[in-house]
Amino acid sequence: MAWMRRRQRRTRRRAGGAAPGGGPTPRTAPGRRGLVLAQVLVLALFAALGVRLWYLQVPMGEHFARLAEATHTQDLVVPATRGLILDQAGRPLVRNRTALVVSADWHALQAMPDQGAEVLERVAEVVDEPADTIKQRTRLCGPEVSRPCWPGSPYQPVTLADDVDPRAALQIMERSEDFPAVSAQHLAVRDYPNGELASQALGYLQPVTQEELEAREELRKQYSGVDQVGRDGLEATYDAELRGTAGVRTLAVNNRGEVTGVVDEQRPEPGMHLVSTIDQRVQKTVEEALRRGIERARGAGHPASTAAGVVMDVRTGGIVASASLPSYDPSVWQGGIDQGTFEELLSEKAGSPLTSRVMQGQYPPASTFKVSSLAAGVKGGKPLRGTYSCPSSISVGNRSFENYEGSAHGALSLHRAIVVSCNTVFYQMAYDEWRRDERKKKPDDVFARTAEDFGFGQPTGVDLPHEAAGRIPTREWKRELWEATKEDSCKRAKEGYPGVAEEDPGRASYLQRVAKENCTDGYRWRAGDAVNFSIGQGDVLVTPLQLVRAYAAVANGGTLWEPRVGKALVSADGETVERIEPEEAGKLDVPPEVLTYIQKAVTQVPKEGTARGAFGGFPQNEVSIAGKTGSGSALNSDSTAWFASYAPADDPRLAVVVVVPKGGTGGETAAPIVREIYEGIYGFTREGEDGEDGKAEGGEDKSVKGGDPDLPGGEPLEELPDVRPDGTIGLAAGE
Amino acid sequence: MSTTRSAPEPLRRGAASRAFHTVAGNRPRRLDWTLAGGVLALTAIGTLLLAAATYEPGHPESPLAYVERHLMHVGVALVAGSAVAFVDYRKPRAYAPVVFTASSVLLALVLSPLGEVVNGSRSWVALGPVQLQPSEFAKVGLVLMVAMVLGEPRDGETAPTSRDVLFSLGAMAVPLALVMLQPDLGTGMVVGVTYLAMLTLSGAPLRWIAGMLACGVAAVAAVWWFGLLKAYQLARFTSFLDPSVDARGTGYNANQAMIAVGSGGISGTGLFRGEQTAGRFVPEQHTDFIFTVAGEELGFVGGIAVIALLALVLMRILRIAAGCEQPYARLVCVGVAAWFAFQGFINIGMTIGVTPITGIPLPFVSYGGSATIANMCAVGLVLGVHARDRGFE
Repeated sequence: MAWMRRRQRRTRRRAGGAAPGGGPTPRTAPGRRGLVLAQVLVLALFAALGVRLWYLQVPMGEHFARLAEATHTQDLVVPATRGLILDQAGRPLVRNRTALVVSADWHALQAMPDQGAEVLERVAEVVDEPADTIKQRTRLCGPEVSRPCWPGSPYQPVTLADDVDPRAALQIMERSEDFPAVSAQHLAVRDYPNGELASQALGYLQPVTQEELEAREELRKQYSGVDQVGRDGLEATYDAELRGTAGVRTLAVNNRGEVTGVVDEQRPEPGMHLVSTIDQRVQKTVEEALRRGIERARGAGHPASTAAGVVMDVRTGGIVASASLPSYDPSVWQGGIDQGTFEELLSEKAGSPLTSRVMQGQYPPASTFKVSSLAAGVKGGKPLRGTYSCPSSISVGNRSFENYEGSAHGALSLHRAIVVSCNTVFYQMAYDEWRRDERKKKPDDVFARTAEDFGFGQPTGVDLPHEAAGRIPTREWKRELWEATKEDSCKRAKEGYPGVAEEDPGRASYLQRVAKENCTDGYRWRAGDAVNFSIGQGDVLVTPLQLVRAYAAVANGGTLWEPRVGKALVSADGETVERIEPEEAGKLDVPPEVLTYIQKAVTQVPKEGTARGAFGGFPQNEVSIAGKTGSGSALNSDSTAWFASYAPADDPRLAVVVVVPKGGTGGETAAPIVREIYEGIYGFTREGEDGEDGKAEGGEDKSVKGGDPDLPGGEPLEELPDVRPDGTIGLAAGE
Repeated sequence: MSTTRSAPEPLRRGAASRAFHTVAGNRPRRLDWTLAGGVLALTAIGTLLLAAATYEPGHPESPLAYVERHLMHVGVALVAGSAVAFVDYRKPRAYAPVVFTASSVLLALVLSPLGEVVNGSRSWVALGPVQLQPSEFAKVGLVLMVAMVLGEPRDGETAPTSRDVLFSLGAMAVPLALVMLQPDLGTGMVVGVTYLAMLTLSGAPLRWIAGMLACGVAAVAAVWWFGLLKAYQLARFTSFLDPSVDARGTGYNANQAMIAVGSGGISGTGLFRGEQTAGRFVPEQHTDFIFTVAGEELGFVGGIAVIALLALVLMRILRIAAGCEQPYARLVCVGVAAWFAFQGFINIGMTIGVTPITGIPLPFVSYGGSATIANMCAVGLVLGVHARDRGFE
């Protein structure tokens, strides 16, 4: 059958195929046509695949290659060793040490049914700390969450316990199955060999926050997961240099995240060491002198509890010492600071030890400001070598402005007015100038302009963060203040001060009078304002750093420096040395003749003027000190004691400023501290210590050569410490 | 075309003699070297890609354990395919129903306790030490059965009648239902598409063809509308439209496949050098996603070679179909072509983001014993047709 049919078919096909017009057989026709279509369809579909493949691999190839790269590799950041902070001679101010740190993966903890409570309790037991504290350290800090909490990013390992006992760490490492998500590892932590010394200037480290990561690209790029970032002081300013460049180990990973090999390795480049201009020994001398000074002031009945002292190299603007009391030990930041300590660091009551009073403290400069006012008065047309009268008070408008303790000195020169610190001479100059300005359409405001010229009222540009600007009150400032406060003043002018009136009716009526005045013409730059301004009172505020810079400028012939705490950056192997060059902020616009006159006047202050008592017995013939006292008074509180100085007066090298708020007068409280500082720097010791230095007129203390000077030769070193290729550090020559 | 003349066949033969002639005496007269070569080339490429995808230095048996097993499968498949090619296809009523029934029974066994669940589907059956995927053999059975019903006219018909069409529909429904019960949507689509292609090219009444296509469309619509798909199946379909929507979840396969293929560029990374392949980022890379290895390690050059070879094989099969004198033979070729074309297009397409992800292997290239053997048997059928159909003389 089959055979037969086959034969038939063949015949038919032949007939159909061979004879034109015969037409295909009915049974094959649709198939044949359909098959052609089928071939076209298959070709079209596979051609489409080919085109799509081309599109993916050729024009989009780069794109996918990048995606693939990101998928099959994982970058592991290897943090670089942070550079040290050295003093000018190479003594360590901040160094590194290794500590065992126990940390946890935040996300892994959260993924546990009990948020890791059980594991954390086990950790607490091993490291011997309260379980609650350990648990609290895993909470992310926020407005509602107070310390202890984790200030860093949840993608970083959260530090549970810092500096743990090696045995405890070993337990955690070995029993990893009991401590899921927890690990113990060696970590470099900052070490402060000098404890509280210069803590505000050095700053501190804290874990990188999410915001910082988002804001700073270089952090994001080399984010290691355990990164800390400098938050204040030198650690913050020179963070990038100290940090170094993290290494990257590129690992090949598979789809389960398992590491299958190392693709590439870039070794970390250790951070540079920062050589500071600070001298550790001078710094120590300043802090100790301040501490003793506060004690003496308290002993004399003043409420003093804080103080600041700063030493500047007048030739470079380098800060040789920057001390602010109270201070604190920066190691409290390590391993998550607890809420109590944190609040104390910020609290007003504890004297906010985080704040550097050298740069952030703003106080009325009082008589130390007279160097600026003298230059202003002369610029305003007063004769430099004229004779002035120093009455016990002068009357300006309807108010009387008095000399300190109402003393009068009769006729005297400007030189003498500085030495004995006569206020009324400067009042008169400022008042005359004010009256002249009142008649002018465009007032000269020569006192304000000169003060600004001395660098007051604006940040100095020091290489430390969070610097305060101080305040130089001007007509514009007064108007703005009035606009901001007039509503309140006018209300008070109407209603008075009923609360105060109950206790002290006299004071209440005085306050109401002031309010009335402020309400009606508070915008006016009045004669009283100008008079107060001339002796650095009223609304004038300066920082100790601004004042030391101004005195350095007086000393060095008029150069106003941008203060520097960083002196040089040296690579870890000592190969690269980058000096941080001193920068000039400007020149005093004071004629040399006037400047020399001022220099001569302030040179006499510690010899025969207001600081004579404090410097009694100091060998001025060996090192002549120039300086000016200041006692800034505020309503109802003890005055701010200042002493601004430089030395040696004949060939100035260092400027020293000390301020003790609520510490009494400059001559009584601040000048003796400065004397102690100079004694330390130049290596003088006291003879016949009787504990009443600076006050006893007859039994004055003699300082004699004998001690080991903090700064040999009384000047900062030119050379840099020697960072050797093996990483050790040799002290600079001369030490 | 070769025109070698054969000796005239004897007119009468005894049963034994007939059987002998069927197997040995009636040997194939021609071999389509292009088709055979194309299939062997694809198999060779597949073996290399498999080696690259599965090479594992630390493997307890051998770093190339998969390749060794694959070569065993290929050996069995070549023997089986040759045997099929030697069988005289011209007596379909003698074997088509047998093959169909056997494959259907095997397919039904999957649902019995002998069946095994892999990847959410009951697709495997364990017969002693041998594991089979009966759905692959069911494709062969389906092609033979439908070709017989639609291509073997009775009593002088010139085209399949409505009765034939209904019959074929019934034949197709058996494996389709069994496959969908597993459930194996991919194989179900292969069965449906293969059947529709054969029906369309069988010369069956136009109303049937139109009706069937309409039914196909309606079925897809119904599945969509009434939510007959499992959630994961639907997710695969929707994620194909935009794999980046859920790159970690359902879009993961599609995304990783495209990354692997795309990163290959023009010339690829070289065999055994693909980072994505080495990192096992693409799942099921030795079976359903084998094309991504070609894409990454051999680049556009290798990928287009696979596509071109597959197209060549398909064109060759369709050409043989066109040359066939017998409708049965032609339909067998059409069925095989439709099967390979659909699987090839869907499989390659899903690795380059043009088709949804379904568990369909790439013919001759993917790893898989049952599929390799079934594919070779299907090629054997086509070669057997080419060797014997008078249309090629």
